[in-house]
Amino acid sequence: MSKSDLSRRGVLKAGAAGLATPTIFTGAAWAASHAGFTNAPEGDTVTLGFNVPQTGPYADEGADELRAYELAVEHLNGGGDGGMIPTFSSKTLEGNGILGKKVEYVTGDTQTKSDAARASAKSMIEKDGAIMITGGSSSGVAVAVQALCQEAGVIFMAGLTHSNDTTGKDRKANGFRHFFNSYMSGAALAPVLSNAYGADRKAYHLTADYNWGYTTEEAVKQATEAMGWETVNAVKTPLTQTDFSSYIAPVLQTDADVLVLNHYGGNMVNSLTNAVQFGLRDKLVNGKQFEIVVPLYSRLMARGAGANVKGIFGSTNWHWSLPDAGSQAFTRSFGTKYGFPPSQAAHTCYVQTLLYADAVNRAGSFNPCAVAEALEDFEFDGLGNGPTLYRGADHQCFKDVLVVKGKENPTSEFDLLEIVEVTPVAQVTYPPDHPQMGGAEASLGSCNPGA
Amino acid sequence: MEAIVLQVLNGLDKGSAYALIALGLTLIFGTLGVVNFAHGALFMIGAFCAVTLQRLLSLSHEVVDETRTDFLGNPLKVDVPYLADWFGVDAAQSIINWSVPLAILFSIPIMIVVGIAMERGLIKHFYKRPHADQILVTFGLAIVLQEIIKAIYGANPIPTPAPPAFTGSFDFGALIGMENIIYPYWRLIYFGFAMVIIAGVFAFLQFTTFGMVVRAGMADRETVGMLGINIDKRFTIMFAIAACVAGLAGVMYTPINSPNYHMGMDFLVLSFVVVVVGGMGSLPGAVLAGFLLGILESFASMGQVIDLLPGINQIIIYLVAIVILLTRPRGLMGRKGVMEE
Repeated sequence: MSKSDLSRRGVLKAGAAGLATPTIFTGAAWAASHAGFTNAPEGDTVTLGFNVPQTGPYADEGADELRAYELAVEHLNGGGDGGMIPTFSSKTLEGNGILGKKVEYVTGDTQTKSDAARASAKSMIEKDGAIMITGGSSSGVAVAVQALCQEAGVIFMAGLTHSNDTTGKDRKANGFRHFFNSYMSGAALAPVLSNAYGADRKAYHLTADYNWGYTTEEAVKQATEAMGWETVNAVKTPLTQTDFSSYIAPVLQTDADVLVLNHYGGNMVNSLTNAVQFGLRDKLVNGKQFEIVVPLYSRLMARGAGANVKGIFGSTNWHWSLPDAGSQAFTRSFGTKYGFPPSQAAHTCYVQTLLYADAVNRAGSFNPCAVAEALEDFEFDGLGNGPTLYRGADHQCFKDVLVVKGKENPTSEFDLLEIVEVTPVAQVTYPPDHPQMGGAEASLGSCNPGA
Repeated sequence: MEAIVLQVLNGLDKGSAYALIALGLTLIFGTLGVVNFAHGALFMIGAFCAVTLQRLLSLSHEVVDETRTDFLGNPLKVDVPYLADWFGVDAAQSIINWSVPLAILFSIPIMIVVGIAMERGLIKHFYKRPHADQILVTFGLAIVLQEIIKAIYGANPIPTPAPPAFTGSFDFGALIGMENIIYPYWRLIYFGFAMVIIAGVFAFLQFTTFGMVVRAGMADRETVGMLGINIDKRFTIMFAIAACVAGLAGVMYTPINSPNYHMGMDFLVLSFVVVVVGGMGSLPGAVLAGFLLGILESFASMGQVIDLLPGINQIIIYLVAIVILLTRPRGLMGRKGVMEE
């Protein structure tokens, strides 16, 4: 199904948002060279902006995202084996670019800093004419860049961002997230944890002191407490912390029998390593084996913790070992080109690029409001997570969530996690006005086409 | 009470790292008069000496295992260390497991070469320049070094575990009749190692002729030079020793936290605060302040303290630094005339 023109709703949204556009994007020169909407493609090419961490602590994740984007561009332009295009349920992608225009791209370095990420996105929009911005490996960056894209009038297809806020209280009409979120992690993990460790558990949370940490702690707390667990304490840890011993030692003084590490990246590697060093996993409390939980797993990061991840539960958006045709096609395509399997960050970025391209084709226009409308409430399959809905109310994808566990006997450095359960989408679905998502006040606002 | 004992223990190992880095910083400042912001990078390079040795010992050739498949469905290629071919699988694994202690020996010549190259190649050109220039150039050097390490080893932390014999934890509480005071063996080893290094440096300076000349040079460089002693050469050697101290601190720290390219910067700023609190140019001051601030930082991270004063864990070191500098402007053990011209 494809649309050839903007709907009345889209035009009204565009008009309203245009009035609200800040002055930095409404200069005369800007308007004159971009009639209709921001960066309307001219000639036979279209430029996408890949904004990933190329330096800083998440540079390895950013490099994997960039590999996935390059692969997606290759496939969109008809190169390679097509990757997930043949398995994608929508059939508008034919290897001839997007709307017949060859796809080109520019890259920016987010440095995993909000100000740097905004600056690089702004540069790609203003200087390079990027029609869409995508990427990132941090929720702080995603929220900041999403807001900028809303102001600029381009679509933002979020990369790896797990905080509820991205499509919760900070949701934007021009922003879309395929990756799962903290609520979904909590909802998927809690029943598995309850089954594995029992319903009578006392949890102690260590939480990274920023928005992703807060939403993950809240989500896991609520979900586990609903299963009968008690939360003994929740302590915020500075994002810059490297040695967590002084936060882990007090755990020993409580009657907690589970430690939940709401940490990501280097924080997760260090806190988990420290917790294992302090013998927590060998400890018996309340007659039960002490356990550790890592709500958001990343294979790239898990590698840093080495053998310490063995047997530890967590959740993940996607894993290369999934048996469905889409996942296998992507893993084969990526693995053949680069020599190792893709990460979940690579997967979500690849999928976001295909989804954007398909939405443009279906809308018949690069106008961000038309694209947004094509993405809203779009149902698709074949991209690795089973049947998926891009919900119109908050621009969040709803799909199955993977609960994983650190593998006891990995066969290679890529084989660190095993899938314990594929939690069905119904179990992780919530209403758009859920309190964890900003409640009734949370609003997408109006789509902004810019120009 | 148990919580207090635990936080003191936690502070000791953190303080050990601060003290070792601050000791090197003070040695360099005291001898060469240089404020070396690249000192954290030396700590990081030391840690990556351990990573490098681990990788060298794990150098492998591929053997195809037809019974298993890789992620693409092809026969699995298994990496077999050359050491396993030479000594057998178990012996090879034991050697690889001991890569961190072995890296102590491996890192010493590397750190000496890096230290001398850094001092002769760059820092000596800034001896007579203002401290601000020295800070800028050494900070720039630190960024270059960490980017080189990142280009080679990537941005993610690399697991570098302690030998299995030291990976467990020690029931310290049982020794002193308390419950729930468990402390990792490796952190105790780290503290003991730091004490040995610190004692070694002090003994070297106090009881050797070389050390005596260096101390004399620190007190009055010009007069020592007029006596016909090549004090510059000795100071270069002291720079190499300071680099070694930082490198060894980094090597031994790797099992505590998986090393990454940024670990030097994480310690650098705090170590400078330690030096300032201890008193610029004072070696005992640097060690004392290292342990003091390490222990205070641990206490500030206690739940009860954070409940009482939210955010105190993030500012305690700077707060103490402000108080000490207001009441004792030269730091705890600073001497008159240092950085006061």
